[in-house]
Amino acid sequence: MVVRVLNLNQMLHLTAGRVGGLFSRRAVVGLTNSGARMSSHHEVSDQVDMSQPMYWDRLDTPLPDRAWIDVLDSKDKSLKQKEKGPWTALSKEEKIALYRLKFNHTYPEMKKPSHEWKTVIGGMFIFFGITGLVVFWQGHYVYPPQPHTFGEEWQAKQIQRMLDMRVNPIEGFSAKWDYKNKQWK
Amino acid sequence: MSLAKPAMRGLLGKRLRFHLPIAFALSLVAAAAFKYGVTEPRKQAYADFYKQYDTTKEFNNMRDAGVFESVRPTGE
Repeated sequence: MVVRVLNLNQMLHLTAGRVGGLFSRRAVVGLTNSGARMSSHHEVSDQVDMSQPMYWDRLDTPLPDRAWIDVLDSKDKSLKQKEKGPWTALSKEEKIALYRLKFNHTYPEMKKPSHEWKTVIGGMFIFFGITGLVVFWQGHYVYPPQPHTFGEEWQAKQIQRMLDMRVNPIEGFSAKWDYKNKQWK
Repeated sequence: MSLAKPAMRGLLGKRLRFHLPIAFALSLVAAAAFKYGVTEPRKQAYADFYKQYDTTKEFNNMRDAGVFESVRPTGE
């Protein structure tokens, strides 16, 4: 079974495949919702026929189902004839031309970095900022008053009681208090 | 343009022969560092603390501070 791996662009343009007459045995992959979506479109976009072999540029799936250039003019046709012979007879330019017939982008061209990261980081910071505003508003308008145990006086009494109880006297809290001179070490 | 044939076999073995000794060594180093950086000082700290510890004196200090429920501070 052939698994078709689609990118998002192809998935947005799925349409019913052409049924090649009564003798076609190909499965027709149709998505009826594409019709409803297209009715509100104001521009004409390409509809990909999903029942035909597809071309793709993918790093992880290197060999697509069909070549990049399908319809060959006479020059390409003669080159393809020459390809059927010994390849040592091909010149460097002819080999490159054959590659470009078969593939759209080379691997380095596919891997070429884009400026998308700036959009991503910028969008991130914008949403951080909006979230910060929301959190600030919330702290002012939503939160109830703090418990009385958070006050300065109560906290001081709490610390004194912890020292009196000798909390963690060996390596922790009370170990840092100088009991003789009544101050922190 | 003829390139050398790349290595087709033994790739995992080569990786393991390189990385496993390093992994073992680093694990031993981590364990030794924790032992001599954390556990030995801690054992020493506890030993030193209890060498000088006067139980009765500390009890009376805590009692006078008022943290016990079973005994009140002296003089109440």
